[in-house]
This record gives sequence, structure tokens and C-alpha cells, in this order.
Amino acid sequence: MSKYYVDKFLFTVDRDPELLRRYKEDARSFVATWEQSIGPKLNDGEISTVHALTDEEREALVNYDYVKLFEMGAHFFLNLTIFIALFDEDYAKKSGPLSFQREFASKLSSWIGKEYPSVAI
Amino acid sequence: MALLTAVLGTTHHPFYYALTNRPPEQSIPQAPEWKRKVEAYRETLTRAKPDLLVMVGSDHFHQFFLDNYPQFLIGKAPRYDATFYNEIREFGLPKYSLIGDEALSDFMLRRLMDKGFDLAMSFDLKIDHSIICPIITTRPRADLPVVPIYANIFAPPLPSPKRFYALGRAIREAIDEYPSDKRIAAIGTGHLSLELGGPRQFKETGPDPVFDRQAIEWLANGDIEAILANVTHESLEKAGNATAGFMVLILMLGIAGPIRASYVDNLDLFHTMEAYITWSPNGAA
Repeated sequence: MSKYYVDKFLFTVDRDPELLRRYKEDARSFVATWEQSIGPKLNDGEISTVHALTDEEREALVNYDYVKLFEMGAHFFLNLTIFIALFDEDYAKKSGPLSFQREFASKLSSWIGKEYPSVAI
Repeated sequence: MALLTAVLGTTHHPFYYALTNRPPEQSIPQAPEWKRKVEAYRETLTRAKPDLLVMVGSDHFHQFFLDNYPQFLIGKAPRYDATFYNEIREFGLPKYSLIGDEALSDFMLRRLMDKGFDLAMSFDLKIDHSIICPIITTRPRADLPVVPIYANIFAPPLPSPKRFYALGRAIREAIDEYPSDKRIAAIGTGHLSLELGGPRQFKETGPDPVFDRQAIEWLANGDIEAILANVTHESLEKAGNATAGFMVLILMLGIAGPIRASYVDNLDLFHTMEAYITWSPNGAA
């Protein structure tokens, strides 16, 4: 399990409109590209060989499965903002403002009153 | 010596700007009341007649990430650009360019090290909404030089509530020791109970209104003993997964010292409660 690498995916994609567009358009092919050429970047000149996604993490990212990502301990802030970027506008047009955020909350409702999975790495 | 004329501790609601700058039919019913409360709060800063601002916030994974995340950091630069792409996208916040005060940044960094706080430093810091929101609410002209300080409320393990308070005390000492005739105000933003990316987010109120009222009372009374006796990382998390932002308000109480606030207001909104607190440590304002 690499919470760090899942968070790195969410962080690097959320801050880049072009990467967001590609993730929304074709998640499976984009996640593969990310693992190959974006994830390993430590900075513009260096790469890191330390981290890799597990199959479960990869599938959760490919399926925009924010419930699974929450349960794996992905950082709550990153796990929210990236999916707002992908889905908020479409949901708001169809079902009104904040409808995506409320659906997000209700899909996690079984966690109310329980200790959430830790986001600590 | 410099004079600390006001300490402001408040919440930073990133949607304030958008919701109070659009036609009423496209906003929320509380928008006019929200604006009135914010403008009344702004007066507490205006009355303090500050020459420069020490501003405390937190980077929300905009410039800093988990490959290198500082617990506490201070900026030193002639200017600070503000507002990141994803904040403009999500919150509709404007871009800013704040003036820096390199002399006080440098003095603060060195003096804090003398006092046992070895802050990380950045000479190329871009400011996020934790500092731009209070500029919008309390000093929208953005005409004063700033010294930005960041605290980690996001990437565990976090510093303890006690450490936040102690850093606030050390910042206060440094301000009092600063050889200048400047009038300084300190402004810091965090949260009351807050849930992001969890099952209690975006409800009609914040996730824990009972905590919110208690927290405001503690701050209003300057009751650091009660805060440190009751507030732990675990208790904050129980009130909402992003409630650790309350520790920035503890830090601000540290700058003020354990005194009663001179101005206290709040507003119950969807998703979160707003708090507007000002301490007047030298009897000013």
C-alpha cells in the first residue's frame, strides 16, 4: 500500500488543468501514463524509484472511487478537491449546487460515529 | 519598540468572496448578513491602525506536498503572489500580489530560532486562501506589508495544541522586541469544526456546533488552560476531520496572551460556523 503515492496522484493531477482533463476523459489510460512518466518525478531533473501503486489503489483511481480512497486513508482534502473538479459542474447543472458534495457525504455515511481511516502515511 | 495593536483570529471561508459578490438570487440567503458581519469585523483591524501585518495560515497542499512538508514555516520576500489555479477554479478567488516586509521576516526568523523554534523558511512563497481570505475580509485594499507564517494543520503527525500556543507566545515576544516604531497587527485563520471529504461535510451546519460554541467561548475568555485541558488531536478529529485548523486560533491566542477578547462575533452557515475574534493586547482598538 502506498498512501503517499495515491496522495501524490491526487496532488499532481488536481493542480494541472490538462492532467485533469485527461483523467476525466480516459481514466485507465491516464493512470497508466501517470505511473510511467509523472508519478516517479521527484522534480524536473530527478526521479524517485521508491513508490508504486498497488492493484487496489490503481483500480480505485481508475474508477474515481472516492469511497475506496477514503477507506484506504487517502488525504481527505485531496480526495475531495480533485473529484469536485471532475464532477461538481455536471452535478450542479443537473441537480443543483453542492449536489455532488452531498452525494459524496452520503456514500460515506456508514462511517458516521466511527473512527475514520488514518491519513497519516 | 514595535507595538502590537490587534490580534485577529478568524475562520477562512473560501466562498465568502464569491457568495457576496454575485446577485442575491444566485447567492445564499445569509449573504447580506455575512457581509455586514465581516465589515463590522474589518473595523476592528482598521481601528488598530496597523502599519504591517503578521499573517498566520496553512498551505492546503498548494505549494507544499508530502515529499517536504514543513511543520512551521516563515516567508521572507519582497512580494508574495497569491491564489493558486485550483483555488480560482473551485472558489472563484482573485489573484493578489502582497507586499513583503523582509526586515521583520528576517528578525522574526532569527528571534524565533533564539527562542527554540527552528522554522522552515521560504524565499519564494506563494500565498494560498488561508491568508488571502482574511485579506479579502479584513484588508481588501491589500495595501500593508505582510510577514506570512504557515502552520501544519493537514499532514499528520501535527504539532501539539500546546506547541501552537507556545509558538504564538514566542511570536508575540519577537514582535514586542522588534526595534521599530511600527504598529503591528497579527491575523491568523483556521477553522472551527470542519469536515472535508468525509460523511459529515456540507451539512446545514458545521459537523459539531457544540464544539464550535465552546471553542468561541474559550477564545473569547482567553482561557488557554481550558483549551489545553480539553483539546487534543483526537478531540479535534472527533469534531470533524479538518478541525485541526482550530490550532491556528490557539496560536493566535498565544500571540494575544491569555486575555479576554475585545470583539467576538460568529455566524452559523451551511457546512461551518464562522468566528470573528479580536484581542487588543495593548488596550488599543
